[in-house]
Amino acid sequence: MTSMIEITGVKHAYKTAAGPLPVLNGLELSVAEGGFVAVVGPSGCGKSTLTRLVAGLMKPDEGVVKLHGQPVKGPRATVGMAFQNPVLLEWRSILQNVMLPLEIVPTKTSKKQQEERARYLLSLVGLEGFEDKRPSELSGGMRQRASLCRALVHQPEVLILDEPFGALDAFTREDLWQTMHQVKAKEPFTGVLITHDLRESIFLADQVVVLSGRPARTQYVLEVPDTGPRDLDHLYTPEAAEMLAILRHQIEIAQGRAPAEESAA
Amino acid sequence: MTLLRQILVPVLAVVVFLGLWELLVWANGWPNYKMASPSDLPPAFARYWELFLVMGWQTLWRTVVGLLLAIVVGVLLGMVMGFSRTMREALYPLLVGFNAIPKATVVPIVALIFVGKHDFNTILIAFMISFFPIAVSISIGLSTLEPEYRDILRALGASQATIFWKIALPKTLPEFFGALKVAVTLAFIGTNLMEIVSPHGRGLGALFDSGKTNSDYPLMFAVLIALAALGILLYYIVVALERVFAGWAERSPT
Repeated sequence: MTSMIEITGVKHAYKTAAGPLPVLNGLELSVAEGGFVAVVGPSGCGKSTLTRLVAGLMKPDEGVVKLHGQPVKGPRATVGMAFQNPVLLEWRSILQNVMLPLEIVPTKTSKKQQEERARYLLSLVGLEGFEDKRPSELSGGMRQRASLCRALVHQPEVLILDEPFGALDAFTREDLWQTMHQVKAKEPFTGVLITHDLRESIFLADQVVVLSGRPARTQYVLEVPDTGPRDLDHLYTPEAAEMLAILRHQIEIAQGRAPAEESAA
Repeated sequence: MTLLRQILVPVLAVVVFLGLWELLVWANGWPNYKMASPSDLPPAFARYWELFLVMGWQTLWRTVVGLLLAIVVGVLLGMVMGFSRTMREALYPLLVGFNAIPKATVVPIVALIFVGKHDFNTILIAFMISFFPIAVSISIGLSTLEPEYRDILRALGASQATIFWKIALPKTLPEFFGALKVAVTLAFIGTNLMEIVSPHGRGLGALFDSGKTNSDYPLMFAVLIALAALGILLYYIVVALERVFAGWAERSPT
C-alpha cells in the first residue's frame, strides 16, 4: 500500500513575545492509504499543530509533510476536518450545514446530487429526519455527527479529527465510536485522529502514535492488530488491556513522570 | 391568543401610564404651564396636526438617513477593526474619545462649519452620535469568531472574502441588530439636538422650541409624545428586520 500521509523530520516553533516557542521537534508519521492513525500525547504537546500542518493551514519551519507523495503547500480540497467544537452554522439547517464544503470545493455534481449525497451521509450517521432542523435543536452528540457528515461530504482523501468526541459524555462517545466504524466501512478515508482517550485510540485506529511532551517528537508507535470494524467488547480483552498499559506507560514517560527506557513492552 | 397578548398587553401598559400621569397632575393640582396632562394633548395635536405631520416627517427622514450613514460607516470601521489587530489598537482610543464628547457641544461647531446646510448638519449629528455602537459590535463580533469557523472553510481553500460572506457576516448579525436598536434611539437624540440647539425651523425639535418660546406647554409635551411614537416606530422596524435576517438566533421557547 502506498503512503497517504508522510511526515518526516518536521520541526516547528511559534513566535511569541518571549522568543520562539518550539512545539514540534522531530515529528515522524506515516499513514497508509485507508489507514487510521490516532495521535496521543500530553496536553499542549503540539497535536493540534500537527492537524494544521496536514490540512495545509500552516507550513513547518523544517521537514516535509506529504499527502499522496505531494508536498503540502497550502489548503487543498481533499481534506476534511472536524473539531471538538462542531462549529455548525446556526443560521443554516443541518442539511445546508453539511453541504457547506460543496459551495467552496469545485464539483461536477448537480445541486440535486449534492443534496442526495448530504442526505445519504446524514442517514449513515443516524440523523435521518433531522435534515431541516437547526443546529440549536440538536444534542451535542447529534451536532458532532452532523459535523462529521460535513467533513466527509466532498469525499476527502484525508479526514482530520481533532478531539471530535472530547466534549461528549461517555455513552454518547461510545455510540459515536461505533458510528465511525460504520461510516468508514461505507466511505473509505485515511484518518488522523487527535485524542486524549487511550481507549478511543485503540478502538478506532490501527496505529497509535505517542508524542513526547513539548517540543513533540514521535516517541512511540503502537500497531493495533485489529483492523476494520470491531465492537466495544474488544476493549475488555486481555490484548486491549495490554495495549492500554503500554500506552499509559508511554504517556507517563512523555509527561516526564516515568524514566525513559528502551522497549517498555 | 399570543397575538392578543402581544398587542393588548403593551396597549394596556400605555393606558395605565397615561392614567397615572393624568392622576399625578390632577392630584397635585398643577396648572398646565407646570406640567401638561394627557388630556391637554389631543387639543394640541388637533390644533397643529399639519405642523406635526410636516415636522415629524422631516425629523424622521433625517434620522433614517443619518442612521443609514452610521450603518455603512460603522460596519466598515467594525470590519477594519475586526480583521486587523493593529487597526483595532489604533482606532479604539480615537473612537472612545470621540464618543465621549457630548454631541451637544459639537452641534454649534457643526452648525458654524456648514452654515445654512440644515439637512446636512442634522444628518451629520444623527450619524455621529449613532455609529459608535455599530462599529464596536461588528469589530467585537468579527474578532471573537472562533478560529475553527475560519479553519473549516480555509482548509478547503476558501478566500478571506468567502469566509466573510459565508460565516463572519451572518454570525455577527445578532450583535449588529442589538447595536442597531441602541443606535436608532441615539440617532433620534442626535437629530433633535440639532433641531433644538440650532433652530432652523425644521423638524419636531424646532416645533418644541417654538412651543417653548410661546409658553405653549401642551405643545411641548405633545412633541415629546410624537417623538416617542416615532422612536417606537423605528425601533420596531429594526425588530422586524432582525426577525427576517437574524431570526435564527432567537431560540424558540421549549
